[in-house]
Amino acid sequence: MSDTPSGDTVLEVRDLHTHFFLRRGVVKAVDGVSFSLKRGEVLGLVGESGCGKSLTALSLMRLLPKGGARTIKGEVLLGGENLLERTPAEMRAIRGRRLSMVLQDPQTSLNPVFTVGDQLREAIERRRKGASLAEIMKEAVAALRRVEIAAPEQRIGQYPHQMSGGMKQRVVGAIAISGEPEVLIADEPTTALDVTIQLQYLKLLKRLQAENGMAILFITHDFGVVGRMCDRVAVMYAGRIVECGPVKQIFEAPSHPYTRALIASVPKMTGTVGRLTTIEGQPPSLMDLPKGCRFASRCGLVEQRCLDAYPATVQVGEAHTADCWKVSPS
Amino acid sequence: MSAAPLLRVEGLKKHFPFGKGILFARILGHIKAVDDVSFEIEAGKTLGLVGESGCGKTTTSRMILNLEEPTEGRILLDDEPIHDLQGAALRAYRAKVQAVFQDPWSSLNPRMKVGRIIAESLIVNGWGDAAKVAARVRELLLQVGLRPEQAEQYPHEFSGGQRQRVALAAALASRPRLIVLDEPVSALDVSIRAQMMNLLKDIQAQDNVAYLLVAHDLATVRHMADHTVVMYLGKVVEKAPTAALFADVRHPYTKALFSAVLVASPVGQQEEIELRGEVPSPLNPPSGCRFHTRCPYVMPRCSQQEPALREVSPGHTVACHLFDATSP
Repeated sequence: MSDTPSGDTVLEVRDLHTHFFLRRGVVKAVDGVSFSLKRGEVLGLVGESGCGKSLTALSLMRLLPKGGARTIKGEVLLGGENLLERTPAEMRAIRGRRLSMVLQDPQTSLNPVFTVGDQLREAIERRRKGASLAEIMKEAVAALRRVEIAAPEQRIGQYPHQMSGGMKQRVVGAIAISGEPEVLIADEPTTALDVTIQLQYLKLLKRLQAENGMAILFITHDFGVVGRMCDRVAVMYAGRIVECGPVKQIFEAPSHPYTRALIASVPKMTGTVGRLTTIEGQPPSLMDLPKGCRFASRCGLVEQRCLDAYPATVQVGEAHTADCWKVSPS
Repeated sequence: MSAAPLLRVEGLKKHFPFGKGILFARILGHIKAVDDVSFEIEAGKTLGLVGESGCGKTTTSRMILNLEEPTEGRILLDDEPIHDLQGAALRAYRAKVQAVFQDPWSSLNPRMKVGRIIAESLIVNGWGDAAKVAARVRELLLQVGLRPEQAEQYPHEFSGGQRQRVALAAALASRPRLIVLDEPVSALDVSIRAQMMNLLKDIQAQDNVAYLLVAHDLATVRHMADHTVVMYLGKVVEKAPTAALFADVRHPYTKALFSAVLVASPVGQQEEIELRGEVPSPLNPPSGCRFHTRCPYVMPRCSQQEPALREVSPGHTVACHLFDATSP
């Protein structure tokens, strides 16, 4: 990864550290995360529960959960300006317009006591000060039409409970992209949806992206979704990105033992049905991280040097990196 | 199929009334959650039940667990109807048919030690004195890959995967013949899923227990199930041995489900059938074939006449008018 962002890099995250400061100790949930995102690109952020992928997203949005979470180090450069140095008021102007987010559960991201139209209006009004209600409502209908909601004129007066899960997630999407953001963070947006609805939603996101060229940071645990959606993928483990590269390379020739084991443990739709490969053991506690490689205790290739020091990031191919002592540079 | 099946489901229907008002409630209609479903499960085998939300798979499994009375049709375990069981006979049925649910955070009592959770069904069924129960709990913990001393811990001390193992141990305690597995791995992380699926297969090989696997993930079903039943809006649309189904998908809905499976690979995406719209309301299901409103191959008769299940190859049945002409 180069130090100076190239012309079409919209988001660059450098050495991000977000820790929870608790009475019991410090939980290093995000502990040195770096990646960059180009215009029109979809980067997948993959990992298992507790690896820090959602907290990374919340750190970018500067929406950390209450209870001792603080970003203590790093830079989040959106179009070259560091979001970590913005004031809360400046951040409010950035959220929704330049940087937007869609969460997993549409049930909880919409307010149940307001109509869909009210919630869209709230997003549009902030951007279009002084516009008349009729103009805003027209724009709200157009926003719903963009996310392919049938009969938007009727839907706009409805409450979230009158809609299905897939439709609610479309409304959330309409609100998120109404400000034409440069970067959209999608945190497991289809996990709560049925498979046929999931496919519809992913295709919709792709179409919207093709229209306005926004970059998407797509957080998921599902390699199937990565294959369908992403150009590049970053694999996270215990607070760090352990491998990052183009999707094709990660699937065909994963370098890091964790990525390899993770891909191998997914049941396949073709080939012989045999015993599945498993990863034994548990990830390390984020309060008591080993000084060496964090995957060492579960890795089949472990050596003494893996326990002694965290491996350097190795360039294993073009735009493909892995943090592992056992991989050799290209 | 030579031997009599362990469990037989015949023409099962469940219609939930819905109405308006509380005191002077009027019934306005019925939600046909399950509408004429039949299948069999053989001893020691796994039947996969697949479909999207609202297709009736959970209602079907609840009727098999005897938690819900069918509106019509019947369920037979070893040729004995399971309805109207009471007292000791009902307890004996519950010992034979157990369940593991999706969410291991809500299915275990947080105030009970794990040993006690597992022992519960042994105590209810009069397994024996405390020493015998403790011995069985130890045996079960080892069988599911936990340590015997973990019997003294509370559920919150376990990870999701370990809790699902505890739930499985509790289900296995009474030596059931059938376990209903309702999305047993979908709440678990990818690497833990594989462990749980291997464990379920090992236990089936050891104990000859049958599984009814309710799942939406086709790859999971492919790895676990011997037979697969696909449901849509309360109806069975396709039923076949799993290998035959995955080799030759027939029903348009099943095809759409298969093409919605996202393969963990950037290449080799096969033809995609993107279904327009969403599953219609079961309050007012479409006439004729219930899938006709979303089917890419819809024909005039699909909205008029309901297709019957017909055999397209040995053991492989499909309910679709596209196969009317082909005789079995």
